[in-house]
Amino acid sequence: MATEAPAPVLELAVRAALLLTAGLSVLAAYRVVAGPTIPDRVVGLDAIATNVVAIAVLFAILTGRVLFVTVSLVLAIIGFIATVTVAKFVVEGDIIE
Amino acid sequence: MAATLTTWIEIALIAVGAFFLTVGTIGLLRFPNVYNRMHATSKPTTLGTATVFLAGFVHFGPGDGLPALVGIAFLFLTVPTGAHMIARSAKRMGIPFESNVTWPELPGTPEDDEDD
Repeated sequence: MATEAPAPVLELAVRAALLLTAGLSVLAAYRVVAGPTIPDRVVGLDAIATNVVAIAVLFAILTGRVLFVTVSLVLAIIGFIATVTVAKFVVEGDIIE
Repeated sequence: MAATLTTWIEIALIAVGAFFLTVGTIGLLRFPNVYNRMHATSKPTTLGTATVFLAGFVHFGPGDGLPALVGIAFLFLTVPTGAHMIARSAKRMGIPFESNVTWPELPGTPEDDEDD
C-alpha cells in the first residue's frame, strides 16, 4: 500500500509544493548572503533547514517510501543542533575546547 | 471513494503547509530586524512543516506514518528553543531593537550581559 504510485492529482500537488519549497529556500538564501548581522544569517539557515525537512516529507509522499520521513527527522535534528551551536559560538567563541 | 477522500485531505494539508512556508519566507525577507525576522520564520515555518508532516501521516497511515507524528512533536520542541537561543545571542552581541522596544528589566531577572 505504501509503495504504490500516488494519484495523478496528488502527484501534481506534491511536485508543485516541491518546486515552491525549493524556490523558498533560494529566497531564504538571499537573507543568508545579504543579512546585515550574523544572527540574520543563522535565522536564514534555520529557515532553509526547516524547508529541507518539508522537502524530505514531500519526497516521501511522492516516492511512497516511508524511509524519507525518518530522513526528515534526522535533518530536523541536525538543523536544531547547528542552530544552537552557532548561536552559542557567536557569543562565546569556543564550543569544543 | 475512501482513497480519493484521503488524497484530497492530503492535497489540502500540503496546500496549507506551502502557504505557511511562503508566509514565513516573505516575513524573513521583508521584516526590518533580526528579532522580527525570527518571529516571522519560527512560527509559520513550524506550522507549515508540521502540516506537511501531517500530510505524510495521512498518506502512510497510522502504522507506517508514526515517525511523522514524532517529527511534529520534535519540531514543536526544537524550533522555539533554537529561536530563543538566537535571540539571546543577538541581544548579547548588542544588536539594537526597534526604537520603541525595550528589554524587560524586571527585579529578580538575572542580568543578561554578565561575563562568564
